[in-house]
Amino acid sequence: MSILQLKDVNTFYGGIHALKGISISVEKGEIVTLIGSNGAGKSTTLKTISGQVLPKTGSVFYEGKDISKQPAHLTAQTGIAHVPEGRRIFPKLTVKENLEMGAFVVKDKKVIKERMEQVFNYFPRLKERLSQKGGTMSGGEQQMLAMGRALMSKPRLLLLDEPSMGLAPVIVEQIFDIISDLNKEGMTILLVEQNAFQALQIAHRGYVLQTGEIVMAGHGQELITNESVREAYLA
Amino acid sequence: MLAEILQSLPQVLVDGIALGAIYAVIALGYTMVYGILELINFAHGEIFMTGAFIGVAMLILMTGMGWLAAMPAVLALILVLVVTSILTGFMGVGIERMAYRPLRNSPKLITLISAIGVSFLLQDLVRFITEYKRGNYILTGPSMFNEKFSIKFSSISSSFSDAFFKTSTLILIVAVVIMMVGLDFFVNKTKWGMAMRAVAQDRETASLMSINVNKVISLTFFIGSALGGATGVLFAVQYGTIDPYIGFILGLKAFTAAVLGGIGNIRGAMAGGLMLGILEMFAAANLQLLTGGIFGAEYKDVFAFAILIIVLIFKPEGLFGKAVTEKV
Repeated sequence: MSILQLKDVNTFYGGIHALKGISISVEKGEIVTLIGSNGAGKSTTLKTISGQVLPKTGSVFYEGKDISKQPAHLTAQTGIAHVPEGRRIFPKLTVKENLEMGAFVVKDKKVIKERMEQVFNYFPRLKERLSQKGGTMSGGEQQMLAMGRALMSKPRLLLLDEPSMGLAPVIVEQIFDIISDLNKEGMTILLVEQNAFQALQIAHRGYVLQTGEIVMAGHGQELITNESVREAYLA
Repeated sequence: MLAEILQSLPQVLVDGIALGAIYAVIALGYTMVYGILELINFAHGEIFMTGAFIGVAMLILMTGMGWLAAMPAVLALILVLVVTSILTGFMGVGIERMAYRPLRNSPKLITLISAIGVSFLLQDLVRFITEYKRGNYILTGPSMFNEKFSIKFSSISSSFSDAFFKTSTLILIVAVVIMMVGLDFFVNKTKWGMAMRAVAQDRETASLMSINVNKVISLTFFIGSALGGATGVLFAVQYGTIDPYIGFILGLKAFTAAVLGGIGNIRGAMAGGLMLGILEMFAAANLQLLTGGIFGAEYKDVFAFAILIIVLIFKPEGLFGKAVTEKV
C-alpha cells in the first residue's frame, strides 16, 4: 500500500482550476519529486495534501485513510510535515522556539529535547543559533530551520516545497545531501523543485506537472534522459 | 508657573497612573486582536463597558442580599472580578465567532464595519436592560474602598504638594499590575502563548505545526475580553458612576494608547496606556496655567490626541514599534 495516494484530485483557487485531476502515489521509503514550471500546480498539490486547501473533488489517501477533507492542523498531527515554499519560519521567534513549535502537540519535554538533539545531528549550525531570532538568519540557515522544525514532529512523510529556492549553489548542495541522508534513514519524501536536474538526481521517481496536469511520470534517471523533459526543464 | 506645575505633579502622577492603568489594560485587548487578525476590534470598548455593568449589577445584587456586608470587601471584589472576566471572556469569543469569523476572508473594512455594528448593539442592549430593570440607564454602584490616603510628598521637598488617593486606586493599580505581569508571562513563557505569537506572525504556517488557529484566535479574544471586562469593574469601583457610553471614548483612548505604543505590541500597549493617562491628567491640571487661561481642563483630550498625531507623524510605527520586536 502506498503511504500517499492522490486520486483524480481537482483543486480550485476561487475560480481558478489549479489542479485538474491529479493522480500520484508515493511509496514508503521513496523520494518522489514533482517538477514543472511556475504556476504548474506543484505547491498547490502539496497544500492539498497537507490540508491548507481542500480539493473540490477527488481523494487524498494517507496510509490508507482518506484525509482529503481534513484541516491542516489535524493532518500535521498524523505524521505529515510540510515545509512550505519560502521556508516560512517564524521570524520573531527564536530558533529554539521555532523548533519547539514543530513539536507543538508533544507534551513530554524530554521527548522534545531528544528530537531537538536529532535535528542538531542533521543541522549542527542550528545548535549554535538557538537563542537567535529566526528572522535574523541567512536564507540557508532558515531553510535548515524550516526542515528541522518539520522533523520535530517526527513525520512519516515529509513534504518539501522548493528547498533550494534563492540559495547559493554550495548551500543547495548541502540541503540536497541532507535530503538524501534523511531518505536513507527511512524518511519518505515528496519533493517539489524548480531545480529539476538536482531533484531528479536524488529522486526515485518523478512526475512532470504542466498547468495543473501530470504530463509525464517515470523513474528519476528516465526523466533526466527524456528528450522533452530536457528541453523544457533542464536546458 | 513652573513652581505651580511642580506643586501639583505628585497628584497628577497618582491620578495619571490610575487612569493610564485602565487605558493600558484595554489597549492590550486592542493590540492582541490586532496582532493576530489585523482587525481593530471596535467592540472592545463596549466589552469593557459591559464588564462594568455586570460588575456593578453583581455588587448591587450582593448588597441587596446582605452578602457584601457579610464578607470582606476585597473578597467580594475578587469574586466579582473573576465572574465578570469569565462572562466577558466568553462574550468576546462569541462576538468573534458570530461577527468576525464568517468575514475572515473578506476585506478588512467589512470586518471593521461589523465591529462597529457589534459596538452599537452592545451599547443599546446594555442601555435597554439597565433602563428596563432600574428605570434609568445611568448606574451608580455601592460605595466601596473610599478610605482616603495621602503620600507626603511635601516632606520630601516643599515644592511638592501631598498626593491623595483612595483605597480603590491602590486596588486598581495592584490588579492591573497583576493582569499585565500575568499576560506578559503567558505570552512569552507558555506554550499557548508561543502559539499565539506564532499565529500572529504566520497563521498559515502555524496550522502546519498542528496548531488549531481558530482555537488560538478564540483564546486571544477570551483573554483580551476577560481583561477588558475586569478593568470595567475596576473602573466602576474607582469612578462610581457608569453609563452605556463610557466604552466609546475610553475605548478610543485605549486604542490611541495601543497605537502610541506600536499596535500589535503588548509591552508597547502597556507603556502607551500609562503615558496617555499621565499626559491627560497633566493637561487637565495645567492647561489653564500653560495657556494663560485660554484653554481649560476640558481640552485635555485635545492635548492627548495632539500628542498622538505628533507621534504618528514622526514615528508611524509607534513609540515602541522597533524597541520591542515581539508582536502578538
